[in-house]
Amino acid sequence: MSDIQRHSYDVVVIGAGGAGLRAAIEARQQGKRTAIISKSLFGKAHTVMAEGGAAASMGNANPNDNWQVHFRDTIRGGKFMNNPRMAELHAVEAPDRVYELEAWGALFDRTKDGKISQRNFGGHEYPRLAHVGDRTGLEMIRTLQQRVVQLQQADAEEHGDPEAMIKVFAETTITELLKDGEKIAGAFGYIRETGAFVLFETPAVVLATGGIGKSFKVTSNSWEYTGDGHALALRAGGTLLNMEFVQFHPTGMVWPPSVKGILVTESVRGDGGVLRNSEGKRFMFDYVPDVFRKQYAETEEEADGWYADPENNRRPPELLPRDEVARSINSEVKAGRGSPAGGVFLDISTRMPAEEIIRRLPSMHHQFKELADVDITKEPMEVGPTCHYVMGGVEVDADTGAALVPGLFAAGEVAGGMHGSNRLGGNSLSDLLVFGRRAGLGAVEYLDSLGDARPAVADADLESAQAEALAPFERETGENPYALHQELQQTMNDLVGIIRKASEMEQALEALAKLKERVASVTAEGGRAYNPGWHLALDLRNMLIVSECIAKAALEREESRGGHTRDDYPEMSAEWRKVNLVLGMNDKGAVTLRRQDLDTMRGDLVTLFEDDELKKYLTDEEQSAVQRIRETEKGE
Amino acid sequence: MTQTPLEPPRLERAEIGARTLRTDNWRRQPMINGAILLVFVVYATWAILVNENYFVEPYISPFYSPCLVTTCAEGAGWQFVPWVAWLTPSILIIGVPMGFRMTCYYYRKAYYRSIWQSPTACGVKEPHKKYTGETRFPLIIQNVHRYFFWVATLFNIILTWDAIIAFRDHEGNWGHMGLGTLVLLINAVLLWAYSLSCHACRHTFGGRLKHFSKAPVRYWMWTQITRLNAKHMEIAWVSLVWVGLTDLYIRLVASGTITDIRFF
Amino acid sequence: MSKAKFRVWRGDAGEGELVDYTVEVNEGEVVLDVLHRLQATQTPDLAVRWNCKAGKCGSCSMEINGRPRLACMTRMSTLDQSEPIAVTPLRTFPVIRDLVCDVSYNYVKARQIPSFTPDPSVKPGEFRMQQEDVQRSQEFRRCIECYLCQNVCHVIRDHEENKEAFSGPRFLMRVAELEMHPADTADRRLAAQEDYGLGYCNITKCCTEVCPEHIKITDNALIPMKERVATRKYDPLVWLGSKIGRRPADTPKVPNT
Repeated sequence: MSDIQRHSYDVVVIGAGGAGLRAAIEARQQGKRTAIISKSLFGKAHTVMAEGGAAASMGNANPNDNWQVHFRDTIRGGKFMNNPRMAELHAVEAPDRVYELEAWGALFDRTKDGKISQRNFGGHEYPRLAHVGDRTGLEMIRTLQQRVVQLQQADAEEHGDPEAMIKVFAETTITELLKDGEKIAGAFGYIRETGAFVLFETPAVVLATGGIGKSFKVTSNSWEYTGDGHALALRAGGTLLNMEFVQFHPTGMVWPPSVKGILVTESVRGDGGVLRNSEGKRFMFDYVPDVFRKQYAETEEEADGWYADPENNRRPPELLPRDEVARSINSEVKAGRGSPAGGVFLDISTRMPAEEIIRRLPSMHHQFKELADVDITKEPMEVGPTCHYVMGGVEVDADTGAALVPGLFAAGEVAGGMHGSNRLGGNSLSDLLVFGRRAGLGAVEYLDSLGDARPAVADADLESAQAEALAPFERETGENPYALHQELQQTMNDLVGIIRKASEMEQALEALAKLKERVASVTAEGGRAYNPGWHLALDLRNMLIVSECIAKAALEREESRGGHTRDDYPEMSAEWRKVNLVLGMNDKGAVTLRRQDLDTMRGDLVTLFEDDELKKYLTDEEQSAVQRIRETEKGE
Repeated sequence: MTQTPLEPPRLERAEIGARTLRTDNWRRQPMINGAILLVFVVYATWAILVNENYFVEPYISPFYSPCLVTTCAEGAGWQFVPWVAWLTPSILIIGVPMGFRMTCYYYRKAYYRSIWQSPTACGVKEPHKKYTGETRFPLIIQNVHRYFFWVATLFNIILTWDAIIAFRDHEGNWGHMGLGTLVLLINAVLLWAYSLSCHACRHTFGGRLKHFSKAPVRYWMWTQITRLNAKHMEIAWVSLVWVGLTDLYIRLVASGTITDIRFF
Repeated sequence: MSKAKFRVWRGDAGEGELVDYTVEVNEGEVVLDVLHRLQATQTPDLAVRWNCKAGKCGSCSMEINGRPRLACMTRMSTLDQSEPIAVTPLRTFPVIRDLVCDVSYNYVKARQIPSFTPDPSVKPGEFRMQQEDVQRSQEFRRCIECYLCQNVCHVIRDHEENKEAFSGPRFLMRVAELEMHPADTADRRLAAQEDYGLGYCNITKCCTEVCPEHIKITDNALIPMKERVATRKYDPLVWLGSKIGRRPADTPKVPNT
């Protein structure tokens, strides 16, 4: 075991995106020695891809906005399957987290009176997204990165070493969490540059590894999104919640093939872009579901009027929540009314002057110009759904981000519950900040409760983790990880994609079982230093287990809701709404599934909704319970 | 406690022998720029030293204006600095426009690349062993650009005056315009455009502010200068060539090689 | 579908060579797609650093036919495919393996610049800034830290010995960003010249030329910084003023970095 670097930290944060950095900043601010493990270079995390903004009810653009309205929108978007406590904390704390960024140097776009400007987005009743053009994620990651640097500068002055209290381990991947009995004791992984193994001895691990998009063929997600955190949690004895809810962003690029899936920000629609089919029709008017009928415009005139006068017009149907729009596009393409490359047209060019487009959507203009040779100020874009976000994730305590395993925490996309069955645009960046901080605090509290009794890593566990990581090199024969990866992506895209049915998912589970055997014998060529083939071979394990979870949960849930659409069960079911699907792993490494009740919403929260709306989601029994609450309130 | 596992890589730059792997014609631009600069410098040096044919009523060559010495051609300039006849009067003043352009942020790029080869083009290894840039004498002097800007502005006023008095005929009566007048007028406009689009000007009139919102007029000026500034390179070349042509035209008229075309 | 010839630098510890590959290319593909195809079909251990593949993270910086580029934003159709396409790692930084460089220089330099320093009496949520006041710094904050500007800058590309004294365009731009930040109160002008090496810059604009975000680094950050430094350090009037009146309060380089 001389081959292993050992480090000892109070808190180890896995993931250096928005949630991870915010968690690490919090842990360090509370005086804990913190390590940030980043799979790529520091500052490159997938958060940079977020374009639209961070949703926070600051009320700068519309003073009627407040956390209750934000809460309501979030629950509505998630089709009432959100963890209500998380949605509440999120709505309440988001403004403070955004303000905090500003105090760390972030430069958001401004209103006339010098406050943070807020923009419209799908599913948000008021303009709510703090933004910087269409590169808000970059601003956020840079601000958090620079905050870490600022803390390091303070440590440099105090301790003489900038990395005394908080250190970033760039291009380092954790392959296994190690435990002492029930408790987390450490994290094991490798450093890409050398291929050397590294052990972090730590009682508290915060997972902030993001999503799972790389299991799908068409995805907006980056290289790192291989479901590492989900898989680590499962293997460490944690549980995953509602993995069937996968968000397909309605507008990804569809041409050229090599960029298929790259995101086209929702701001294009928020700022006036419209969706048309090959017949030139604004088809979204035909797809407004009953639950949203009241809030959305019925004519183009009314929809167009909304941008300037939202008080007297209802919003355009292009701004329905993402799941609705994605499904609508899917239907149009299936009905033969798609664009040449198999998407639909998203047009902003006829909606505003060219300079305005370039000012408001600079990176979109740039992206299409450079990648597709399309000038979005002159012609429409071709877009189609792309795998974007997983609502499901590690089951955590709302207040502390604690997973079921003592010492394990999760925040951001890797955590489940917050977004229910569908996430609203803009709620992700604020989620990262709110729950990143809370997970950091949770880890600190846990540490303090431990006292001096620190869990220790067992040598045997370390040896087996090392053997597992080296296995792809040991095998003489075996398959190429790249080919297997492509097969996995194709399987998930075709069989567990945007529209699902039982027979296909059964097929998918069979295919995944076979892939699992083949992945178990995957090989890596070459040496250990910066060897992407080896890295993919290790990541495949994670992608596979996560895919199995998604397929299994998707097969189980016999209804259509948010990011889960069943061809064979097209309706939303009030009974199923109460059910969380909890996935775990047994001793043999097989995925287990059980049902668990969803937390009921507190009285003062549920009464934020009108009866008309509640009856679309709740069972009769639940509705009468709400009635009783309303009466008691009146009685008081 | 930290043990070294695998041999940490010896960190060296990739050994790639070639000076550059660029496949495009990267020599072209610096060669064009260098050639124009060279032609201008040779011509200007000759024109400055030759000390004749720089004035023909009512036109004066920009290389010799303002003409401040007692030996200036009759009717040209102000003529109050005692001088010797064999020495060109241009020497006294040419340092200002020359210095302004030598220290200009755009020309610096142009001659650092095309003359000094530092670097010749992007991604092409420069031939120098050592490099200290503008950190020490003499190049540290580049920092005085802003003073040249102010003095050059004074010169712009004088050269504009030269263009205005070119609306008088050779007897001093207003209401004349010849091709020479037009040449001087364009010259004055280009010189103003060059000065106004200057980076030091942009800084002075607004760029140095931290809060534009507190100085709306200067913000407006900065915005306009910024637009001009984007064209600083183009203006720099056009105005340079035009100054040379202006001198040439007046020289040809003064020497009697050609006759000025008179519009009215 | 067509075939292209690639010459890819393979090696580590500085030693290596250009290795020839013939590889399939499809319509609309970028150089990174082709490198991925090489990994999947011919050489699984080809080291390439990449992430978002959308020009937003700045990971896949390399040199393509000698020009510093993002591989994910370099379309094959823009390259002359009749000749072999040379793909090499960044030249300014030490190579780890194949096309991957050690860019830690940049993280060291980032740490030396005093961070955003607001007036301590302004609490979070109380900042009021006008759009026209934030937009200059916003341009610089578009930076995706691909370090192509750092790589192309001849000050360090051709002179390893200058790395100590010179922070490079990316971080001189960071200084400019903070100096123009409407809520910042520190003064980094002197440090820009003396510690971050602004004087080494001879404004030959290669940084601007290679910037994939099209940030006007030279015109909008470096030259304005040079002007600010001229005021602070080389302006006799200001110098005289500081002798009579208040001395400027310079914020020094962060100690122990």
